[in-house]
Amino acid sequence: MAGKAIDPGFTAYPLRELAAAALQRAADLGAARADFRAERIREQQISLSDGSLETLFDGDDLGLAVRVVVDGTWGFASAVDLTQAAALRAAAEAVEVAKVAAAINAEPIELADEPAYGDVSWLSAYETDPFEVSVADKVALLAGWSSGLLGHDRIDHVDASLHQVRECKFYADGATTALQQRVRLHPQVTAVAVEPGGRFETMRTLAPPAGRGLEYLGGGAWAGPGAWDFPAELAQLPELLAGKLAAPGVRPGRYDLVIDPSNLWLVIHESIGHATELDRALGYEAAYAGTTFATPDKCGSLQYGSPPMHVTGDRTAEHGLATVGYDDEGVAAQSWDLIAGGVLTGYQLDRRMARMQGLGRSNGCAFADSPGHMPIQRMANVSLRPAEGGPSTQELIAGVEDGIYILGDKSWSIDMQRYNFQFTGQRFYQISRGRLAGQLRDVAYQATTTDFWNAMEAVGGPQTYLLGGAFNCGKGQPSQVAPVSHGCPSVLMRGVRILNTAEEGA
Amino acid sequence: MTAPGGSNGGIRPQEAVERALAAARCDGCVVIADETSSANLRWAGNTLTTDGVSRSRQLTVVAISRDGKDARAGVVSRAGVRADQIEDVVREAEREAGQGSPAEDAQPLLEPGDEVASGASAAWDGPVTSTGIGVFRSFSTALGEAFGAAAAAGQRLYGFAQHRETSTFLGTSTGLRLRHDQPAGQVDMNAKSADLARSAWAGQGTRDFADVDVGALVADLTRRLEWARRRVELPAGRYETLLPPAAVADLLIYLYWSAGAKDALDGRTVFSQPGGGTRVGERLSGLPLTLRSDPSPAAAPALRCAPFVIAHASTRRSSVFDNGLGLQPTDWISGGELAALAQTRHSAGLSGLPVTPMIGNLVLDGRGSASLDEMVGRTGHGLLLTCLWYIREVDPQTLLLTGLTRDGTYLVENGEVTAAVNNFRFNESPVGMLARVTEAGVTGPALSREWGDYFTRTAMPPLRVDGFNMSSMSQAS
Repeated sequence: MAGKAIDPGFTAYPLRELAAAALQRAADLGAARADFRAERIREQQISLSDGSLETLFDGDDLGLAVRVVVDGTWGFASAVDLTQAAALRAAAEAVEVAKVAAAINAEPIELADEPAYGDVSWLSAYETDPFEVSVADKVALLAGWSSGLLGHDRIDHVDASLHQVRECKFYADGATTALQQRVRLHPQVTAVAVEPGGRFETMRTLAPPAGRGLEYLGGGAWAGPGAWDFPAELAQLPELLAGKLAAPGVRPGRYDLVIDPSNLWLVIHESIGHATELDRALGYEAAYAGTTFATPDKCGSLQYGSPPMHVTGDRTAEHGLATVGYDDEGVAAQSWDLIAGGVLTGYQLDRRMARMQGLGRSNGCAFADSPGHMPIQRMANVSLRPAEGGPSTQELIAGVEDGIYILGDKSWSIDMQRYNFQFTGQRFYQISRGRLAGQLRDVAYQATTTDFWNAMEAVGGPQTYLLGGAFNCGKGQPSQVAPVSHGCPSVLMRGVRILNTAEEGA
Repeated sequence: MTAPGGSNGGIRPQEAVERALAAARCDGCVVIADETSSANLRWAGNTLTTDGVSRSRQLTVVAISRDGKDARAGVVSRAGVRADQIEDVVREAEREAGQGSPAEDAQPLLEPGDEVASGASAAWDGPVTSTGIGVFRSFSTALGEAFGAAAAAGQRLYGFAQHRETSTFLGTSTGLRLRHDQPAGQVDMNAKSADLARSAWAGQGTRDFADVDVGALVADLTRRLEWARRRVELPAGRYETLLPPAAVADLLIYLYWSAGAKDALDGRTVFSQPGGGTRVGERLSGLPLTLRSDPSPAAAPALRCAPFVIAHASTRRSSVFDNGLGLQPTDWISGGELAALAQTRHSAGLSGLPVTPMIGNLVLDGRGSASLDEMVGRTGHGLLLTCLWYIREVDPQTLLLTGLTRDGTYLVENGEVTAAVNNFRFNESPVGMLARVTEAGVTGPALSREWGDYFTRTAMPPLRVDGFNMSSMSQAS
């Protein structure tokens, strides 16, 4: 595919020479171990408000980082210039940081072994690099989507945005030298209706962010496989929004829920993805992101959910936002079980924790969001497996007497041990005697993680599966963001607590 | 520490701004050069987890192309730009300006003599100050000692310390040259009992770590862990609740971020007037509460922030065309009434309201004089919180927020803290809550638990709120 190469503007830097100089300097200054990273992250944000250009921002981040272990203590330093002088200085600064930090370190750092891979490179799966296409073409596409919606008399405002990222990374630790590039997109359109009395509602597209190129947007000069059907989705928005405005408020109580993957991915993210991070279990995030109820002593016995629940962690899913060739410690991408038959069986690891807990090899979850930050354990793609030959969404709905069908993510919140959560959504349909019976509004659901997943009666088939996700998973101090995908089918949950958000706010 | 010129790729930020402006061929140009250095330490279970220092240098060019009343703006921001790459960045911004459609927030660029910041910013020509790991030298020693004492006392300490220096140089083709140096720091300290069942948190914003007293922070946490030796379960419900300054900051920073004039005019926020317009002038609280931002150098040192607009991109609440606009002390809520919304010059024109851009600090003042302890002493039966967590918007119509209480939720009976209680999930609107505030204590420094990483400069009073909505229990401890 033409144009599919690692950004020549990045590979033009003397990456291998910089790495060699920094690693040598670190060793000379007493580091028992060192690794080197260089990154260039291109980012472009385009936002239109009612068809007018609101934000056009094209940014990048560039820099190098050196991480060392000196006398058992981590040291880390980064610099912005990809020059020999900056690399040598960062190595020396990292050693200095380790010496100051030694005053508060009680646990010697050791890393799990990982095979040496030599000099390798990896490119994510995409067709058209969004940075190879003119801003004018992208603005025109969003403007066309906006004007189409603004033509409907029920729609008062339209927000349309496209966030694009191209991440180039170079890693070297003496055993493995990895050069990688990946591309991701997040297109979003939100329609807003304001009633004369002041009440307003919104309806947003369900298209998830994806590790794809511009072909994801469909049509035009960048046509290719894997396009989301935006024309069809945009065509539905006016009527869906009108239906939501006219809908009755939900009556609080317990309901059976059929949850669409466009909503469920976020529940997986919060209540499984973060809960199976070993750094949280070990308390590294205790003062910030929090810990987890799923502690290692329960691994192999905790009935996390019902028997049809099978959850994997992976860095290999094609178009997954957490998919890489190698992580930021040179560990090759893998796929593994986190929950099997409803029972907790695994965690997300980095090399330090894998060694400390005697778990063998790391499963490759070390990631830094920028050259200025030290890698921490970040989330893999965490996905719920569909049932082979399982039911369609329609068939799941048919099994509900009195319930609610939920699509699209919106509001989310979960406590610091990942017990109590509350989610809303884009749209909610009443289910009456196995059939959809119009929209409801002001719906939120609340549950405790293990109660919720143990209430899962059925898992949909592969035909219901969707890879959802987010660009902005936050964790760590200094705060870092990470992109991550979650695949899942539609599911049927029994007896979940529903709140009316208008009553909650009254 | 002062960075030598060589660390900047051979070019000073002031010179980078001049060269970029000289290279510009477009109808108007704004150049922002940011030099940032930072250092951090993080710890868990009485030992280090991560650390680091970093430096960055960012050059942002806003190229403006005018055609009659229309203006198109291209914004290109690049890290680590070398002297020989400056012109390329300008050309790229000019190209993007040519490709974009007209910017809705288009305005003339400000000129010297307009309402721009004057003597308030740092001297343009002075050297850039940077931070490094050395800022923690005495702090890390004190922290190491605290780890030893905590371990001996059966406690575990968790937390984070960060220090950052950012120097921002703003130049325009219309002749503005403005500089702002912003030190910013924070400490989060969390103490837990050895069995992890009891937990307490304290946070502090700081400019230089000279005012951080590790011993005092730990002593405060130890007192709270003692309060938690007795524990009772309480059901969900509406409670009279004492919010300490950190929890007030958690809620009011979100209110501030939601107070954009344009969204209000569009009819899509809690500050929209049904039928059109905004709720400016409407009473939100029966108490004489004032929520304000003060960018003047007269502000308390811990609150000092940029006295002029620095906008790297246009968004709903900021405009690249407003770069350099002088900021004035602004009351967002005055005497309990909504007084202003966050504006760009564009949205101010639409709303007919004064130009009141967002400012980098936030103060709530209720003219109270009581300390939190005194307010506890006057409480018959209620809850005392420490901070809030995982705050997310549920319904923009009312600004209903949800989230959790965290690291110390206490029962107050007859003027004393008598036990720790379970945590709760709350569903509350900070706007609706203002109408149920029955007492505000004395305003003092506060670090938001939820937003303290991004917004460190706040001063808040403790508040007593009637009927705070605890929606369900959380098992988290």
